[in-house]
Parts: sequence; C-alpha cells; structure tokens
Amino acid sequence: MSAIKVEEKLFQNRYKVDSGHPHISIIDEDKCRNDCQAQACTVCCPAGCWTMEGNGQVTVISDGCLECGTCRIICDEHHNVEWDYPRGGYGILFKFG
Amino acid sequence: MAEKFDVIVVGAGPSGNSAAYTLAKAGLSVLQIERGESPGSKNVQGAILYSDALERMIPDFRDDAPLERHIIEQRMWVLDDESYIGSHYRSDAFNKEPYNRYTMIRSQFDKWFSERVKAAGALVICETTVSHLLLDGERVIGVMTDRQGGEIYADAVILADGVNSLLAKKAGFHPELQPKDVALAVKEIHFMPQELIEQRFNVKGTEGVVIEMVGKITKGMMGTGFLYTNSESVTIGVGCMLSDFKKQGTTPYALLEEMKAHPAIKPLIQGGEMKEYTAHLIPEGGYNAMPPIYGEGWMIVGDAGMFVNAVHREGSNLAMTTGMHAAETLIELKNEGKAFSAANLKRYQAKLDESFVMKDMKKYKNMPDVFHSNPQFFNDYPEMLSNAARTMLTVDGVDKKSKEREIRGTFRRRRSLFGLLGDTFKLWRAFE
Repeated sequence: MSAIKVEEKLFQNRYKVDSGHPHISIIDEDKCRNDCQAQACTVCCPAGCWTMEGNGQVTVISDGCLECGTCRIICDEHHNVEWDYPRGGYGILFKFG
Repeated sequence: MAEKFDVIVVGAGPSGNSAAYTLAKAGLSVLQIERGESPGSKNVQGAILYSDALERMIPDFRDDAPLERHIIEQRMWVLDDESYIGSHYRSDAFNKEPYNRYTMIRSQFDKWFSERVKAAGALVICETTVSHLLLDGERVIGVMTDRQGGEIYADAVILADGVNSLLAKKAGFHPELQPKDVALAVKEIHFMPQELIEQRFNVKGTEGVVIEMVGKITKGMMGTGFLYTNSESVTIGVGCMLSDFKKQGTTPYALLEEMKAHPAIKPLIQGGEMKEYTAHLIPEGGYNAMPPIYGEGWMIVGDAGMFVNAVHREGSNLAMTTGMHAAETLIELKNEGKAFSAANLKRYQAKLDESFVMKDMKKYKNMPDVFHSNPQFFNDYPEMLSNAARTMLTVDGVDKKSKEREIRGTFRRRRSLFGLLGDTFKLWRAFE
C-alpha cells in the first residue's frame, strides 16, 4: 500500500496555498493521541494530509487538501477537526474537476 | 451603506447557476458568490450531463456549451480480481439528435453556465468565501463574506454551497453529515489522442461510452467504479461510502491504483497522461437523510440538500431542477407581493414533491439501508457470478448439467438458499 505515493498524484494539481492560514486544524491534539483508536483520518484522507507521527501524535498539513470534507465527517466520535473553506481564491484550483 | 439584493445565491455549481440564472432572467436583483477563482474551479463531478434538466432552462445550450461526447453505449461490469461479467447496451437511437446524455468537464461547463448567468443580469463575484449567514432571530437576512466590509443583505439566500453545506450547519439548520450518508469518490483524468479513444471504445466522432463497475474493486465496500470517455481524455474513478472506508483501512488512492491495474481496465487507460487527481464527497444518504430544505428567508438546493439519486448515478440534474424550482418559488412570491417567509417558501417543497426529484428520492429511500446491512452485494456476488460464467464457458469434458449443479452448490454454500431468497426479496423491495 505504501508503494503508492499520493504526492505524485497531487503534483499534477494546481493550488494557491494560503501560507500561514491553514483551513484545517486539530482542536485538541491530546484527544488524537489518547482517545482515538482508529485515527481514520490518516487512512481516509484522499490527499494524505494526515499523518501519524512516531510518538502517536496526529498531524495535518492541508497544503495538498482537495477540500472534500472527509476528515471532518469521519471524526464522528471525537469531533476534533476544525474545518472551514480556505479564503476566497485560495486552495485547490481544479483545472478539469 | 451595505448593499441589498432580492436574492443572494451562494455557490456557482449546477444548482446555484440554475437558481441565479432563473432569478436574473425574471428580473430579480441577484448576487451570486463563488469562492473559487472562477466558477467551476472548486467543483468536481464524474461527469455526465443529462440534457433534460438544463434544456428546460436553456433550450439552446447545445449551441455553445462545452460538451465532450454524447453517450451511445452503457456498460455495466461486475468484476472479480481477474474477470468481468457484464452487459453492454449500445443503440443507434442514442445517435439521433437531440442527444440525451453527454460527458463533460465540470470546470469548463460551470464557467460556460456562469457566462449565461451573467448575461441574464446577475452579479457574480468570485474568490469570495461566505463565512456565515446573517440572522435576525430565525430569519436569514444576508451573508458575511471574507471581503472587506463583508456584510451583504438580501430578502432571501439560496444555499448552493455543495455537499459539505457548512453555512446551514453553522446556522443550526441541520447537524453534521454522517459517514454512512456520504460516499468518497476519487478520480483521475487521463489524456490520450482522440483516435486512440475511438479505437479502444469502438466509437467515432463525438460518440462516447460509459462504464459503471461494481465488485471486488471496492474490496467489499459499498461503492462503484466508473470510466467515462471525453473528447481527448478518459475519466476513471471509484467511490465508496465513507463509513466503509473508515472500517476498511485502505487509502482511497490505493483503491484507485488497484482498480487501474485490473486486467480489464488497464488496457483502456494505457498510454494516457494523467493530468489531474480529484476527490469529492457525494451525498448518498437518500430521502431519509435529507435535511430541512427551506426556512425563514433561506432555501437549500443541490448537493447541500442531499439531492442525489445514488442508484441511477444522478445528481447534477437534480441540482439544476432544485435550483430552478427554488428560483421559481421566489419569483412567484415576489410577483404576488408575498414575503419570503418559511410559510410561503413551503411552496418550494411542494414543487419538488410534484417533480421527479422527490418522487425518485422517495422511491429509493430504503436503498442505502439495504446495501449498508448486506455487503454481500458488493463482495460475494461478483465473485460467484464470475465463477459461474467461467465454469459454464470452460470446455473441459464435464457435462453442462453437472456444471449447473456445481454452480448452484457454490451459490448455496456461500450464501445459503434462504440468504439468496432473502437478498432477492430485499433488492426487489428496495427497487419496487
């Protein structure tokens, strides 16, 4: 499974990254580490934005985000994802959609 | 002094564009707000355009809309790991104009539609995100945008902000979506010469082919795969319910990669150049998962209202029809001098009840539950069908009657006679 690099797919896409204004964040990092068994965000995000670090901490880097909403909806036990759309004009810019 | 409009439409996809177009054409003052750099730049679809809904609003759309291919052949494939068994329906009747279905590329289509909206007289502003609705008690009186001095007022706001429907949720009109009510689809577009597409799919000119797939490509998850032919590209994707993705432990891109490597699919995309990878949620919860769709000064249209017929892979036509009916409701009320109150906007619901939209939503209301609780439809049956076909088609000295007995035995072993009968009944009940 790890042979598939999502980065190579995302490389084909067009983005206007809003540096310093991530539109997705974790509300309570301890919850991810201590309370969440599944950490489904790290598997289900289609852009691979979510990673489980070696120390058990979950991190999110939303630069490659496709703005689908999966991570927010899938966190239905802990509701631990702060999710908004990027500011107008920023984020993914689909060439074909 | 803040500006005020008759209606603000949030979003410039098919539902928002239909609403804004219909309203502007009738002479109402309309502001449409889109967060992308241009209409379509945030939008994702398969994409198949069903002519009917659009034709009712824009009868001459074929003159200049960016359409890719008209569909003359539909293939339904059931796949196991190395085979597919399926049906193809191809008819020259689909070659008679006006064509009924087209493939399209959404970013181009939405841009085209938006030009029509502007020509009809609506004010369209892009690169602007609506952060929340402005409320006076229960009543929606406008929107707050991320532009300077971002408050804008209107007598009604149409929420065409897509599947995530953040604005209605922030306002407390409906709760968060459940993982069982949305499918996550990922897809890629692969470019290749037109002649190659013509050869591979046995088409000419603007003829096109659609392949819908179920089976082991979704690893037992409730979902489907698809492959659509465009003019000079092929779109390939796979979508499964989010609740299944959560349990399954496969990444969406790995699923897509494995599907692309399937021996029946790989030759169809070979040599293509992948130019974009997209993901999108599809609201497939059906009738039972629909949120309230109107209230004091607001209406919800399109994906935001869960208007998708998952069984028939229809969405954009429901989006356009809901957008049009929402607009017509406001136009009628305005002409009658009535307020855009919840009591009056009930007429929107009545219009949808009368149309194919709610009739179809109701018809298939039990379908999601049937598939959720019976994963064998996506796992066991594809393999059983494939094995049955292989057994019958392999000439190996075994007589046909014995082969039939063997197939029956396999079906019963894997699913039991009652299981088979029960599944037939459940499917029949859900479709009936």
